[in-house]
Amino acid sequence: MINLATRPKGKRVQLMATCLCDAFYDDVARATVEVLEHAGCEVDFPEGQTCCGQPAFNCGQWPAARKVMRHTASVFAGDAPIIVPSGSCAAMMFHGSTLEFEGEKDRAAIAQVGARTWELGDYLVNGLGIKEWPGEFRAKIAFHRACHTRGTPSGAAVLQLLQSIQGLEIVPFGEEEQCCGFGGTFSVSFPNVSTAMGDLKLEHLRAVHPDYIVSGDMSCLMHLGGLAEREGQPLKTLHFVQILRDALHQHHGQATH
Amino acid sequence: MAKQLIDTYVAELPPTVQKAVHQSTAATTEKRYQLLGDDYADSDGLRKLAGAIRQHTLEYLDTYLAQAEESLTARGAKVHYAVTAEDACQAVTGILQAAGITKVVKSKSMVTEEIHLNDYLANQGIESIESDLGEYIVQIDGDHPSHIVRPIIHKTRGDIARSFEREGLGDYNDDPETITRRARKFMRGKYLEAGAGITGANFVTADTGRLVLVTNEGNSRFCLAPAKVHIALVGIEKVVPSDADLSLLLNLLGRSATGQQLTVYTEFINGPRRADRPSGPEQMHVIFVDNRRTEVLASDCKEILRCIRCGACLNVCPVYRQASGHAYRSVYPGPVGAVLSPLLAGDKFKELADLPKASSLCGACNEVCPVDIPIPDLLLRLRNRAHQEHVPSPGTPPMAGFALLGSHPLIWRSAMTFGAAKDYLPLDRLPVPYLGAWLKTRTLPKWRGGKFRSWMKSRHGRNGGGGK
Ligand code: SF4
Repeated sequence: MINLATRPKGKRVQLMATCLCDAFYDDVARATVEVLEHAGCEVDFPEGQTCCGQPAFNCGQWPAARKVMRHTASVFAGDAPIIVPSGSCAAMMFHGSTLEFEGEKDRAAIAQVGARTWELGDYLVNGLGIKEWPGEFRAKIAFHRACHTRGTPSGAAVLQLLQSIQGLEIVPFGEEEQCCGFGGTFSVSFPNVSTAMGDLKLEHLRAVHPDYIVSGDMSCLMHLGGLAEREGQPLKTLHFVQILRDALHQHHGQATH
Repeated sequence: MAKQLIDTYVAELPPTVQKAVHQSTAATTEKRYQLLGDDYADSDGLRKLAGAIRQHTLEYLDTYLAQAEESLTARGAKVHYAVTAEDACQAVTGILQAAGITKVVKSKSMVTEEIHLNDYLANQGIESIESDLGEYIVQIDGDHPSHIVRPIIHKTRGDIARSFEREGLGDYNDDPETITRRARKFMRGKYLEAGAGITGANFVTADTGRLVLVTNEGNSRFCLAPAKVHIALVGIEKVVPSDADLSLLLNLLGRSATGQQLTVYTEFINGPRRADRPSGPEQMHVIFVDNRRTEVLASDCKEILRCIRCGACLNVCPVYRQASGHAYRSVYPGPVGAVLSPLLAGDKFKELADLPKASSLCGACNEVCPVDIPIPDLLLRLRNRAHQEHVPSPGTPPMAGFALLGSHPLIWRSAMTFGAAKDYLPLDRLPVPYLGAWLKTRTLPKWRGGKFRSWMKSRHGRNGGGGK
């Protein structure tokens, strides 16, 4: 595991938007840009970016995963911090990559890219030193901490920011630490287990009647939101950065999107 | 589409079993969490320290094992080495036959499950009775343990009452106290008849040759009290450097396994009966069992040998909670089993290569493991190994197309734009099995590929390139 304490903290950053935001969640990527800019960052979006390669990595197809990671490393050249609005993709960059490149000649070069990568909330709080967030967001939310942020400062960082927003109520729910059941290709190769895990999570979430389920990972929310909708009882989901962005807009007196 | 065995098993498992497993594992997980938090300011630091001690022992296992042999011998125990499961079973039979023993009692031990000792002894005409209540029930039912600490987590009180009735231990009664009392009465007779007690060991210390056994029922003490011969089967990785290491490991073991500060019985056995130790068995044999552990030690998954068999990773695992233990088709279920079982299977690796796949890689197992085993990393390495060895993996999409897209930005971008077509296609009727598996229980969001990229471009135009 790469030492997370020594990552660069500069304000000229590279945005890794993630393949999910590229395909489905453009609003999350837009909110990320706005929030980073509010924090004084200059955001560079390398156009050649694709994916961190995690789907192939997780199903053990490491040659395919390395191919994608090598491409990603070349796209994110330089020494700027790389910011990702996903704990899972961030963990792939700074941890998964070092595993899949064990024994490979270019492992050090790949590790250098991982050693610059931050999950968004972690970067805002521990990279930029932001302790509270301006503005208001009137809602009751349940915060699902994505599993790939275990052992990283991300979960606490995001909660700290959310807790500082006026009008936002964060409600606890049962078995919070349990996985939502997504797990990438796991969700299609083990559909019964994955669905059962998701249903259990939804049961706990529904019991506390949140206005939104909030997370730092759209993959968990895609799974949970998709399950709820298929069951005919849709639940509203938000990435935390959308709340930060909307709170900012409120603060600046703009209408939200 | 071909199915993953564990996934099918989950779909067919009776909801009552699932509920029982979930409730009991969730409660133990909670107890563990509370107790560690209440008792230690930095329990995470302790886990890491314990992991480092265990890893160190593995790195120098040849030294510590030799030292343990020396210490045990000095205390009057006889040390044997068994390379295979068969060797281990033969060693046990050899000792019993030499002493003319035909009846033994056993206390709970995973390594004896692993080498199928009871079946072997039965074939040799030796009666072997499990003295741990759970293991005894497994034995009379001809069943297999479904959890490494609670072998009958998959059974209800009613199941047990029916088994007791069938075995002639009294009329149907599912009151736990009655069940326990009946088992105790039966067992006490067996203890007195047995010529030998067979145990495992939780730890063996190299510096003093102390063998440590923890139980909650005290059955291992009973096992050994009347027996003439004590045979301990010990995986070679159970050695720890010194008595001083036990305080940390025992404190973590009880808390992690059952949410107890210490198990009810902790026995330190330092050799057979002798002048300065007037009680206990006259002979003590320690059989160190390899059974492919040296292969694991030489692999890139050796960290799994740190395991102290606490079961915390089973209890916290969302897949184990849905699947229970038998789904893993091996002696060790759950996260630890998903790593260890395929490794111990040797040339049958392929038959169990699906186990490492049965995980969302959520990492909860690593977070609770008292010896900080990076289980998700090991699962991933085994997935990679299975792929290299061309083991088919049902339901897993091939990734060559993804790798092509992911390493060619132009193709990627056009795929992003044209992906919008998905919103106009009858997705659930497309012959793409992976998509079908998703859509059966979940919807997909609206395709918005390329939208962010054009927004970003338009801003660049507005801002004259670069950020703001
Ligand atoms: S792997 Fe860790 S958590 Fe699981 S049984 Fe072994 S010691 Fe306990």
